[in-house]
Amino acid sequence: MAILFDENTRVVVQGITGNEGSFHARESIKFGTKVVAGVTPGKGGIDFDGIPVYNRVIDAVEKEGANASGIYVPASFAPDAIIEAIEAEVELIVCMTEGIPVLDMIKVKDALKGSKSRLIGPNCPGIATPGAGKIGFIPNFTMKKGNVGVISRSGTLTYEVLWQLTSLGIGQSTAVGIGGDPIVGTTFVDLLELFQKDPQTDAIVLIGEIGGSAEEEAAEFIKDNITKPVVAFIAGRTAPPGRRMGHAGAIISGGKGTCEEKTKALESAGVIVEKNPAEIGNRIKKILQGKN
Amino acid sequence: MKIHEYQAKEILRQFNIPLPDGKVADTPEKAREIAESLNSKVVVKAQIHAGGRGKGGGIKLANTPHEAYEAAKSILGMRLVTHQTGPEGKIVRKVLVEKATDIKQELYLSLLVDRSRNKECLVFMASEAGGMDIEEVAAHSPHKIIKVAVSPATGFSPFQARKLFYGLFIDKALFSQFSNIVKALYQIFVEKDASLIEINPLVITSEGTFVALDTKITFDDDALYRHPDIKELRDFTEEDPLEVEAVNAGVNYIKLDGEVGCMVNGAGLAMTTMDLIKLAGGNPANFLDVGGGASAERVEKAFRILTSDPKVKAILVNIFGGILRCDRVANGLIEAASKIEMKLPMVVRLQGTNVEEGRRLLQNSNLKFEVAEELYEAALKAVELSRS
Repeated sequence: MAILFDENTRVVVQGITGNEGSFHARESIKFGTKVVAGVTPGKGGIDFDGIPVYNRVIDAVEKEGANASGIYVPASFAPDAIIEAIEAEVELIVCMTEGIPVLDMIKVKDALKGSKSRLIGPNCPGIATPGAGKIGFIPNFTMKKGNVGVISRSGTLTYEVLWQLTSLGIGQSTAVGIGGDPIVGTTFVDLLELFQKDPQTDAIVLIGEIGGSAEEEAAEFIKDNITKPVVAFIAGRTAPPGRRMGHAGAIISGGKGTCEEKTKALESAGVIVEKNPAEIGNRIKKILQGKN
Repeated sequence: MKIHEYQAKEILRQFNIPLPDGKVADTPEKAREIAESLNSKVVVKAQIHAGGRGKGGGIKLANTPHEAYEAAKSILGMRLVTHQTGPEGKIVRKVLVEKATDIKQELYLSLLVDRSRNKECLVFMASEAGGMDIEEVAAHSPHKIIKVAVSPATGFSPFQARKLFYGLFIDKALFSQFSNIVKALYQIFVEKDASLIEINPLVITSEGTFVALDTKITFDDDALYRHPDIKELRDFTEEDPLEVEAVNAGVNYIKLDGEVGCMVNGAGLAMTTMDLIKLAGGNPANFLDVGGGASAERVEKAFRILTSDPKVKAILVNIFGGILRCDRVANGLIEAASKIEMKLPMVVRLQGTNVEEGRRLLQNSNLKFEVAEELYEAALKAVELSRS
């Protein structure tokens, strides 16, 4: 089963002829992804490793049956690329691009309202379901098929946690990086709901960070809606207030969004908050063993 | 990106928002000249990127040009400490000399981004409690703040100005002036990709006109690429020189106070590495994200930045190789460390793609690297080395 990305997912890569797009398209194929088309405006008609390249997203949808899109284009083109995919009614849009201006993202969110699309990202490592495929940067070797769902606001920290799990022999159902920007398409709450419903998922790892209120909202939701065990880690315990720590969303301001507040909120919702990030894998292992 | 008050006021002026007459000065003589030409009582205001300047002695009233000279003399070059500067304060390099305003009433007006989930929009905030810290007002008397949302997709509509204005208890004859200011704020925000515009206080004078007495604008860093004019307003003297060097090297660096320097790929993992150093009993000296494609050149620059902080006693390198291969990182580290003659003890923790080859390269190099496999082990080692 897994969530959002399964055997029926057919991917179009927007920006397939670029450096990032071509590299990650090939990596995702090695992971088992059905990449059915590429889009690079102006280069329509060529093929990429045998995959047809189109000028427009709508062609990839109508001719190749694409129902998911991976966007690897620079920040100045990304809002346009996302809105094009929304207009073409692509169900799952995953945007890896970093540095999209906030005003552009507000317009993108507006375009998403009432549409048939879900956006993951931007500024995210993407989504991966072992056995079905992936969109984005998550390195193939870090994952194996299993029953733990992983959601995260970070990139390399996600790979670290996935690798910890895999090294301990614990597989994953789906891993999703929601992105480090203040405005993202899909939140922890959306994904928690999907993992709760997914029969393949037995436990959930939530990797948060300081700033914003995504973790507090997740805690509120978990309290009433999630019965599966959740283990969380919040990055940035030692970060100074008011400074932007790489991710635009990771700013603590006015005493809100601190690690302590997030930890408290999650713990009161019954979540196990692991303070040592090197222990996340072991913690999940114990929980799964206790269950079996 | 932050800018100075005088720069923000230049922008407001271009959009016809009423302001006190005035000019910026970098010497006391110039301050006197400006006061003479204004031919009035003036206010001399320190220009730094922080609020709370008045309480710290950075704002002075001057009745004569000579007093303006004296005020500027005492403010220029001072190390101004406010609740926003930190204990080290900021050196004042410029003062704004402005005609003193006759204040009848003080309001608050701002426009900012509301990131509430699935309701993302811009929001105006207005209050009769002007001249005060708006966070205080929000905490103690939230009913005094009027909020009006605007979606950039539909744009500004005149009723939004009415909604703000008729929620404030002010002279109804002032509506058209007020409406023009609100509309101009919206225009500035969307045309320049601001992330906050605040006028506090927005003053009503005894003649019944509005004046934007103090203002603050910050811009969306991610949108600077399409605003070269705004990018030029950046004042590097307001920033930590090491952080400026990092920006130029394409490295994300924030200086902290500890003794264990760290270099990591990815922002989340970088914060986590700082947390681990703390957990291991040490203190992180910095946040440093070398990014996804850490080239030898970038690693070298990152090392230079780390080692120029005299407080650093040991370095922890933590790289999770995904797309970035560990052997490449190892080569980059060896090349960079030998070039800059690294004297500090260093722990390198590599994990991921081609990790065996990477570790072998490090161990075979004649440089002193302590190689660690596990995350926590690496942090413990680095903290221990920082003490020896």
